[in-house]
Amino acid sequence: MIFYILRRILYAIPIAFGVSVVCFSLVYIAPGDPLQTVMPPDATAETIAIVKHAYGFDKPLPMQFVIWLGRVVTGDFGLSIATRRPVFLEVTDALANTALLALFAAPIAFFTGYAMGVIAGCFPGRWVDRLVTGAAVMGVSLPNYWLGIVLVIIFAVQFMLLPATGMGPNGSTGFRIFEWSSARFLVLPVITLAMIPIGILARTTRAAVAEVRNQDFVQTLRAKGLSEWAVTRHVLKNSLPQVMAVMGLQFGYLIGGSILVETVFTWPGSGFLLSKAIINRDVPVLQGTILTLSLVFVATNLVVDLLQSLIDPRIRRG
Amino acid sequence: MADIVTLDRPLDVFAEQAPPATRVRGYWQSVFYRLRHDPVTLVFGAVVLAIVLAALSAPLIAPFDPYKESIIGRLKPFGWGGHLLGTDELGRDMLSRLLYGGRVSLSMGVVPVLFATLIGGMLGVIGGFAGGRVNTAIMRTMDVFYAFPSVLLAVAIAGAMGGGIGNGMLALTMVFTPPMCRVAETATTQVRSLDYIEAARASGASTAMIIRYHVLGNVLGPVFIYASSLVSVSILLASGLSFLGLGVRPPTPDWGLMLSTLRQSIYVVPLVCAVPGVAIFITSICFNLVSDGLRAAMDVRM
Repeated sequence: MIFYILRRILYAIPIAFGVSVVCFSLVYIAPGDPLQTVMPPDATAETIAIVKHAYGFDKPLPMQFVIWLGRVVTGDFGLSIATRRPVFLEVTDALANTALLALFAAPIAFFTGYAMGVIAGCFPGRWVDRLVTGAAVMGVSLPNYWLGIVLVIIFAVQFMLLPATGMGPNGSTGFRIFEWSSARFLVLPVITLAMIPIGILARTTRAAVAEVRNQDFVQTLRAKGLSEWAVTRHVLKNSLPQVMAVMGLQFGYLIGGSILVETVFTWPGSGFLLSKAIINRDVPVLQGTILTLSLVFVATNLVVDLLQSLIDPRIRRG
Repeated sequence: MADIVTLDRPLDVFAEQAPPATRVRGYWQSVFYRLRHDPVTLVFGAVVLAIVLAALSAPLIAPFDPYKESIIGRLKPFGWGGHLLGTDELGRDMLSRLLYGGRVSLSMGVVPVLFATLIGGMLGVIGGFAGGRVNTAIMRTMDVFYAFPSVLLAVAIAGAMGGGIGNGMLALTMVFTPPMCRVAETATTQVRSLDYIEAARASGASTAMIIRYHVLGNVLGPVFIYASSLVSVSILLASGLSFLGLGVRPPTPDWGLMLSTLRQSIYVVPLVCAVPGVAIFITSICFNLVSDGLRAAMDVRM
């Protein structure tokens, strides 16, 4: 077990390194000079040279990468061009808000999707199965940014029950989760965010349950005279590893892929920060956010793999 | 002598007595048989066809010029002045823009998948067939791109390069190449060690021949099915990029972009604002269901 954990962690290191290479090169695949956005258009060649030197852009690329990596490892992502605040603070603040959404959306999505999948998988071909499969396809095909807009139209514009955008009433400081005046801002983004994972999870669970039900050991359990309930328990247990892998992946997507939903609801999370950075061409924030989000994604996958190997020893040996 | 007479045509005797032989269906025959008996796939396949045809024939069937603005006709509801689906924030006809937008949105859905299938499929087959260090080099590189959530990677690349249709397509191609490569690699690796490949090599077939005749046949099925399931994802992501201002640029009509520019007007004409999203949603559902149907019909397991 220890060896498996070590091996898995060691394996994550080159991945994280590769991710940082990709994030670093993002600045250089942009057309034109990376400094173009920072410099005023009428800057003299001399000023440009000075700034280039100050930012280290006059050094060869591999050198620049090593210097950049050295700073990033110590948590120094530079200063935001738009706000002049350290990028690290901007990203961690935003990440906390994104995590808040994910922590609410994930349990809702996992429970609903899993329940739907189990019911459908236990009655393959029946009307419940068709209903769930149909709903799941809709969930998977859903443009969630559009769903967000539709929910805003219904609940904020037509019935004025819930706020359309933002993260708290005007002028409020801090988010108080136990007060409805704050918490009600969570409702629409969380529902919107949960829809796609529900669809994906329902599909995966259904497939996994249906597959396990066709295995020989289920027949044996029935032949032994176990009740249908007991058989189902065995089936669920055996389909769990597959489902958990997808849950982990989806949790990663909730954190790393929430940019569209956050933009619709102007929720001040990491995705919204990213879309602002793109509009302002704020390269340090762009780099820092993408690097942080993808590292969180790598870490999530690592944790899921380890958890999976805990409940399913076959993975450790494989 | 009578024996000889009966033995003269023994086969006919058997033919008369034996039950009619069941015709063995070929693979493709059975695929089409299953498809013909799958009403869901047929119906949604027809809808996909209709959407594609409507987009292709947009210049013929669009009731108005999709770029024609009107100051007095802005943000009008369904049916106003002959505008079946209303008008947008610049007074342009929604239905016409929806039809023309379908061309952009559909090609953003199909083109990246096509390129990713070619590039990823090729890399996967090479990696899977060569094995060893080549495989490690290709697959570990792909693993790095796996470490990004797909939306994030698409946004990062398109954001860094500055948007536009071409950059958007490039970003999506880069998003879909790694998973495609993995599917092709898995299928190739499974086939590579089978006995009949060994037999082909022993009988003197070159590597190119083996890949062409013995490997590709087993890889194309999963690759095709996976690609078909990616089309719907690609449409969603492409519209998402345009929604963020990273894909299609105005005034070109595109479903995602229309949704984004109409978002400010939900207090004026809520129903009109929801229309482009309905188009994305329906198209995406249809592609998904057709892909599911094809997978079942072709009996591909991944």
